[in-house]
Amino acid sequence: MSALKKLTISFALAGAMLGAPAFAQDDVRIAIVAKALGIGFFEAAAKGAEEAADELGNVEIIYTGPTDTTAEGQIEVINSLIAQNVDAIAISANDTDALVPALKRAMQRGITVISWDSGVAPEGRQLHLNPSSNPLIGNMIIKLAADHLPDGGEVALLSATTTSTNQNIWMEEMNAVMGNYPGIEVVATVYGDDLADKSYREAIGLMQSYPELDAIIAPTSVGIVAAAQAVVDAGKVGQVNVTGLGLPSEMAGAIESGASKSFAIWNPIDLGYSATMLAYELSQNGAEAAPGAEIPMGRMGNLSLDEKSEGAMADPFVYDASNIDDFKSIF
Amino acid sequence: MTDTPTTRHIPDRLNSRAVRIFKSWEALLLAVAIAIFVVNSFASPYFLNVWNLSDATFNFTEKAMIAFAMALLIISGEIDLSVASIIALASTAMGLAMQHGAGTPELVAIGLTVGLLCGAFNGFFVTILGLPSIVVTIGTMSLFRGVSYIILGDDSFRGYPSSFAWFGQGYIYWVFTVEMLLFVIIAIIYAVLLHKSNFGRAIYAIGNNPTGALFSGIRVQRVKFILFLLTGLMSGVAAVCLTSRLGSTRPSIASGMELEVITMVVLGGVNILGGSGTIPGVVIAAFVMGLVTFGLGLLNVPGIVMSIFIGLLLIGVIALPRLWAMAAARRKA
Repeated sequence: MSALKKLTISFALAGAMLGAPAFAQDDVRIAIVAKALGIGFFEAAAKGAEEAADELGNVEIIYTGPTDTTAEGQIEVINSLIAQNVDAIAISANDTDALVPALKRAMQRGITVISWDSGVAPEGRQLHLNPSSNPLIGNMIIKLAADHLPDGGEVALLSATTTSTNQNIWMEEMNAVMGNYPGIEVVATVYGDDLADKSYREAIGLMQSYPELDAIIAPTSVGIVAAAQAVVDAGKVGQVNVTGLGLPSEMAGAIESGASKSFAIWNPIDLGYSATMLAYELSQNGAEAAPGAEIPMGRMGNLSLDEKSEGAMADPFVYDASNIDDFKSIF
Repeated sequence: MTDTPTTRHIPDRLNSRAVRIFKSWEALLLAVAIAIFVVNSFASPYFLNVWNLSDATFNFTEKAMIAFAMALLIISGEIDLSVASIIALASTAMGLAMQHGAGTPELVAIGLTVGLLCGAFNGFFVTILGLPSIVVTIGTMSLFRGVSYIILGDDSFRGYPSSFAWFGQGYIYWVFTVEMLLFVIIAIIYAVLLHKSNFGRAIYAIGNNPTGALFSGIRVQRVKFILFLLTGLMSGVAAVCLTSRLGSTRPSIASGMELEVITMVVLGGVNILGGSGTIPGVVIAAFVMGLVTFGLGLLNVPGIVMSIFIGLLLIGVIALPRLWAMAAARRKA
């Protein structure tokens, strides 16, 4: 029976080594649930959540998530958070619908539930925090180009496909605010189908057809990288500024070469910070997540909720030479 | 000078029944389960709560349903790696039927039928064409899930009837879920099938010596075909439960579950090469895995560390008795 004894002892030791976690029961425990652990974007969001926790003082952040981006994995995580009776769950969902039953149960047991980044169906959460909104993005992409063209100039759009819903809405929103940017003229819109080689050829074509072109706006992370490469290869760095929406990790080279002066995308740190602030407001300060409500989120201002209890955090965050090094390793 | 007949007692078993049970794999596993339970109750104040423990059973009930059928299949010397993909395909079929207005009974029937058909498909290639099961089911693992991806792509089925939610979200009485009841019923059926029936004896015989079994009059291929059908059927049952619990279908549903099912079977003391293993062992292994993942989850141990822990548990529980036997042999020598 010594094997049994050894085994029992080794398990007891293993258990002891896991350590008795410090239970500071007065703290408000807010769980930040990622799509999966080990993704830079979510690690950055967790950093933002910790920043909010420091600001609030009595908050303990539980940053967790499954190993793979599966709904089943997130449900197991949610079950264990319900069991721990946390005060709030802020989740970026792997599945809009599959998490609803589990999250409903969490709410029935008095836990505040919000979704951020990737949303949950309305019946499974109290509110959803979008990183930005279509009007804000539409305005941002033209502003990025206009900021470097004080005397006006010619710009062209390099989009994804003709049927890409997001890009089409953003370009519509952009057209709606063109009046605020006098002197800026959109000379062409081309489609790179979110393929690197096609986007590259379209960008080269734009520079040949419009020799006076001052900027290419690509509201897609594939197009913007391809366009920047095309500008470098055409020897037009300094003449044509590439901007739009891109990922810092992929755009670091373009910023360094000067092909892109600046671009924008959501800031995951701000997102984690805001999600934590909102969760705290709802669970501790009695804020009501109802359509039309305004809920404070610390340094990020207020979140106004629409009829589906969704809200947009802020303008997309602008990345340029001054901050790209901090973010390129994050996402 | 008369010969006195000396009577020698020849035992029909080397150890008494009590000693055998005490020294068995199941006893060791049970001790591990109890140890984990005790450690968990000390490590987290939230562990000993009936509702939490009830929630925790969802971690293993669906996997265990498949594990019982898989245990039989592995004992017979075969394996099925496509079980998680069968879940995906069965769930997708149920989603399609739901869109065309099928009610709860039809949905269940379709889920189980697709499971059976997938099992028959695997069984056909293994038992009739005589291909190795590991190769066939690696192929169908991609095939079945691939069909789901073609049908669903980036999309999902949702809006299952509310009565359908009973299977994965319903309670029979107090904290006892529908899935727990299914788990118990299925465990009993498989325990009887394996340990109390001729069919069960045939499975052991095939696993130990397929040629010998054939010459003893066992219809080896037919038994194996039935085992593939059962594994498919159980995957169908798990698909009904999981789809009902999630309330939606995506092609990525249950991905990676086949390895957890096989881990459960091996942890339960089933010889991966076939020939031995018991259903009670698999039942206890299901609890061990459920308790470990839930306990670590309560301590907010990241999932990556959790899978390392499960891996160590598997290797540890399998290696320890072997090491112990080696040490004992050395001491005797």
